Amino acid sequence: MQKRNIVSILYILFLLLPIYWLVAMSFKTTNEILAGFSLFPQTWTLENYKTIFTDPTWYWGYINSIIYVSLNTVISVCVALPAAYAFSRYRFLGDKTLFFWLLTNRMAPAAVFALPFFQLYSSVSLFDTHIAVALAHCLFNIPLAVWILEGFMGSVPKELDETAYVDGYSFLRFFTTIFIPTIKAGVGVAAFFCFMFSWVELLLAKTLTAVAAKPIAAVMTKTASSAGYELGLLAAAGTLTIIPGAIVIYFVRNYIAKGFAMGRV
Amino acid sequence: MRAHNQKAWIFVLPVLLLVAFNALIPIMTVVNYSVQETFGDNVFFWQGLDWFEQLLRSDRFHAALGRQFLFTGLILLIEIPLGVAVALSMPRKGIWVPVCLVTMALPMLIPWNVVGAMWNIFTLPEIGLLGYFFNNVLGVSYDMTQDPLAAWITIVTMDVWHWTSLVVLLSYAGLVSIPDDYYRAARIDGASNFAVFRYIQLPKMKTVLTIAILLRFMDSFNIYTEPFVLTGGGPGNSTTLLSIDLVKIALGQFDLGPAAAMSLIYFAITLLVSWVFYSVMNNQSDEVE
Repeated sequence: MQKRNIVSILYILFLLLPIYWLVAMSFKTTNEILAGFSLFPQTWTLENYKTIFTDPTWYWGYINSIIYVSLNTVISVCVALPAAYAFSRYRFLGDKTLFFWLLTNRMAPAAVFALPFFQLYSSVSLFDTHIAVALAHCLFNIPLAVWILEGFMGSVPKELDETAYVDGYSFLRFFTTIFIPTIKAGVGVAAFFCFMFSWVELLLAKTLTAVAAKPIAAVMTKTASSAGYELGLLAAAGTLTIIPGAIVIYFVRNYIAKGFAMGRV
Repeated sequence: MRAHNQKAWIFVLPVLLLVAFNALIPIMTVVNYSVQETFGDNVFFWQGLDWFEQLLRSDRFHAALGRQFLFTGLILLIEIPLGVAVALSMPRKGIWVPVCLVTMALPMLIPWNVVGAMWNIFTLPEIGLLGYFFNNVLGVSYDMTQDPLAAWITIVTMDVWHWTSLVVLLSYAGLVSIPDDYYRAARIDGASNFAVFRYIQLPKMKTVLTIAILLRFMDSFNIYTEPFVLTGGGPGNSTTLLSIDLVKIALGQFDLGPAAAMSLIYFAITLLVSWVFYSVMNNQSDEVE
């Protein structure tokens, strides 16, 4: 690190401060939090974490979230791959309009869709299932995945496809054994973004679930309002929601750096 | 040049079906509500375009829309230059690169309600780190539940904290794609730092920056959960952004007709602005081709 890095160092400090405060808060007792200001926890306690790991309402919240997020990531990337290939390689009737229409769904305010989504998924009896949330999140994740993958595929020369066909590959074999491995960084980045946006979204996930598939975020809101103001517990639950994200970024860290550059740059 | 091939539709079909199921049916439900009045019991009366007319004349809507544009404008003005500045100052090689990228991406992967809750805890006047620092160390009175200005500063800072990294990552990707030869050539020509930025780095970042602006515009215009958890739209209505107002009308007062009309106007504005950005972006890439 040198002098010219000072801006990024300050920026990272700014990013870490609120996170530090959340983590510090999660190790404090409720009494200590309400008694007044303390920079470090005076009496370290794991009580908050113990509550979360022993109470099924809490830990099922995490499991539910992870189930629908994984389902959504798999569905989004699988259907986006052929579509992105079509957009990057072929011209067809209405392609530009269709691409923009897909993107418009990324722009739809979730608040607009909350109530109609509830009615729609209730009427097809999917209310309160993981697949309902996974499908609902496709609304904004599929367009994003198509957009990212199309960018990556655009940078792969068309000669690759043509050579493969000349060599007698069928489309399916070419696509799965040559093309997808070529753009695996793109698939990684797309999957990362799908995971990210499905993991962080709350409004739709909360609207579409009641008990069986309730996401961790909804458990948190309920606790915040019903069980008094247990800041320590809330902070511990919040801290735990950061961990899956941190793990996922760690796995794609090289893809993020290279990945973005291989897209539309 | 891409080949004409109508069979490509088959590849697009799964995406089309899934997105259409999620988009068309709900949006038609909204359109349906927007032209009717209901007094409960699933009895609806034809209302025509009255809701739209009422809404476009209502001060409440104008105020929420104004706050929304102010918010989006402010965060774009701060996040874009800050993101570029941070990307420029980041190391290009070495072990610090993944460390920087991972830490910077972290805020984006925190669920939105946790972001709101986290900033709430962070800014509590007496027991939050920031609140305590302002009130007891600097001696500046700061309480975002009372003071609209403090509430605004808090939600803008929160969004800067949350999303500037997206701009950083995109700009950084643009920067690392510049070959070293460009810099070497610039040094031989005796170009100043500013000239390098203006004529080499900025043009290379143009496409990714347009994407960054487009994404930040869409997402900040639709923002709901974070300010809702942090301020709940208050104090008073001072931080009631469009989506918060919309949810208040739809689920709080259960005025489905006006809420649906508002949804459609809201969506139309987002579409219009995004379409402008999208066209600009396409023109850019056409130039490159």
